[in-house]
Amino acid sequence: MKKYVLKRLLIAIPTFLGITLFVFTLCYFATGSPLELLLSDPNISEAEVARRAEELGLNDPFHEQYFTWMKNMLSGNLGVSYRTGNPVSGMLMDALWPTLLLVLASVLVACLISFPLGIQSARHQNGIWDNISAVFSFLSTSTPSFFLGLVFLSIFSVHLGILPIGGMYDTGKSETMLSLLRHLIMPACVLGSTMVGSLVQYIRSSMLEVMGEDYVRTARSKGLKELVVITKHVLRNSLIPVVTYLGMEIPLLMGGAIVTEQVFSWPGLGSLMLKSINSRDYSTIMGVTIITAVAVMVFNLLTDLLYGVLDPRIRHN
Amino acid sequence: MSQRKTELRNFVKRYCNNKLAVLGLVIFFLIVAVVLIAPLLIPYGEAEIDVAAFSAAPSSKHLLGTDTVGRDVLARLLYGGRVSLFVGVVSTAISVVIGIPLGLLAAFYRGWFETIVMRAADIFMTIPSTILILFLVSMFGPSIITVTVVIGVLGWTKFARQIFGTVLAVREKDYIEGGRAVGQKDSVIIAKYILPNAIAPIFISITFRIAAAIIQESSLSFLGMGVQMPAASWGNMLYNAQSITILKSCQWMWIPPGVALVITILSINFIGNGLRDALDPKTALR
Repeated sequence: MKKYVLKRLLIAIPTFLGITLFVFTLCYFATGSPLELLLSDPNISEAEVARRAEELGLNDPFHEQYFTWMKNMLSGNLGVSYRTGNPVSGMLMDALWPTLLLVLASVLVACLISFPLGIQSARHQNGIWDNISAVFSFLSTSTPSFFLGLVFLSIFSVHLGILPIGGMYDTGKSETMLSLLRHLIMPACVLGSTMVGSLVQYIRSSMLEVMGEDYVRTARSKGLKELVVITKHVLRNSLIPVVTYLGMEIPLLMGGAIVTEQVFSWPGLGSLMLKSINSRDYSTIMGVTIITAVAVMVFNLLTDLLYGVLDPRIRHN
Repeated sequence: MSQRKTELRNFVKRYCNNKLAVLGLVIFFLIVAVVLIAPLLIPYGEAEIDVAAFSAAPSSKHLLGTDTVGRDVLARLLYGGRVSLFVGVVSTAISVVIGIPLGLLAAFYRGWFETIVMRAADIFMTIPSTILILFLVSMFGPSIITVTVVIGVLGWTKFARQIFGTVLAVREKDYIEGGRAVGQKDSVIIAKYILPNAIAPIFISITFRIAAAIIQESSLSFLGMGVQMPAASWGNMLYNAQSITILKSCQWMWIPPGVALVITILSINFIGNGLRDALDPKTALR
């Protein structure tokens, strides 16, 4: 098992380096240098601008700037935001937890909806639930998340008034768990719905495949209760493709969260990214990109580990 | 040759037996037809302002009402459809043109070329595409062309990986070695043996990719980073719905583009599923 984990980690490193190089190169050639604000101020002389440029290291060759940036980043210093003047790493940490919370809540919602639907569809093919889940799947993959979010807002916040319009907690009052849940439920459902469609189908087809296997027939003929057959044999073995799928989808969720965060004013990495783009705050833009890539890699690693737990053949190969 | 013809005929027959798939095809063509002949259908331009009617509810004069600046919503809906479809199809074409050759050559020649291509795909797939798209669009400035090119360029990985897998599987077959043994050129081997098997799954991916590209463009435009006003796109028509007053009282401004998006994407998904089930009935989900 340890070898398996180590191998996974080793592969992740060149990918990470590639990502940092890619992001840094893009920013290097981007217009809108940090000196623009200075240049537009007539009171600052050219000599002063040149001095600041030297100080920030903007005249150093490309690879030197890259190495300085990498060195700083690996020691936790991601620079200072051009927009707010605050350290980027602090802003990233503040924004990371809301996004992670949203993503995990969405996965939970998606699983809560998809597993019962998928299992029922597999057990009674072409039955009423199977057809309902088919319609549901098509609709959920075809509806853009922002439209669904606006529809939810319109129904639950504007017309029914039972759920809040945006933000993470009730303003002014204390940050309670209840207010968090009230604010979380709609964005989590919206973001989760983007996954439900394919997840239901994956669960269904995976279970159908396993149910056709010989060992399930054996379990049934042994006289085991249906519930035991389903949970102990079928479900456990059909989880593997489902876990793969979930692992592949989470990066998409991190991207999809941007739109959802905008609709519900959720203070996460997505909102931070949009604000930074609008103010050309490149240090924060780089920071958000790197941290989302790292989050994706961590999730991929966890998925691979979970794979090893679920399928002993993989970790012993 | 005739074996291929029968295969094709069977494929078409299976597709046409699938009611949803046919429905999807019909709806999609209807949508394309309507947005193409838009100027013949409505008297208003997409940016034409009617000073007598700001935020007007639907009436006989403006069938879907007007938006906050006085532009006819139905006109913007139809012209916006053009934009959304254009971005969806053209960006997918770009992804195919980049991805297929890369994946094909990586699988055929292996070695360091394969490593570079696969590592690059890894990098592109690890950074969430929305973030990368926002990043690139912010660098080059939002516009229809930027959005199309960026979505297109970032979509290459799926096609590259798919054809990589297909080619890898076919590569080891005996008839390839046989072809090599009699001295057939590489390009001939690729064209004659490898591509025909790989084409059908690629078409299915193309269909789903178009749907995904339409969603990406509309999301970008919704965030204000895609198609810019006064040009219309289904996404940027929904931009105004972020204001509570419009959300509450001006449904005609934001529900039509949303519904249009859902119907269009749904029809494309029906087509894609139909193609997939017609290609290999054994893997049909139902």
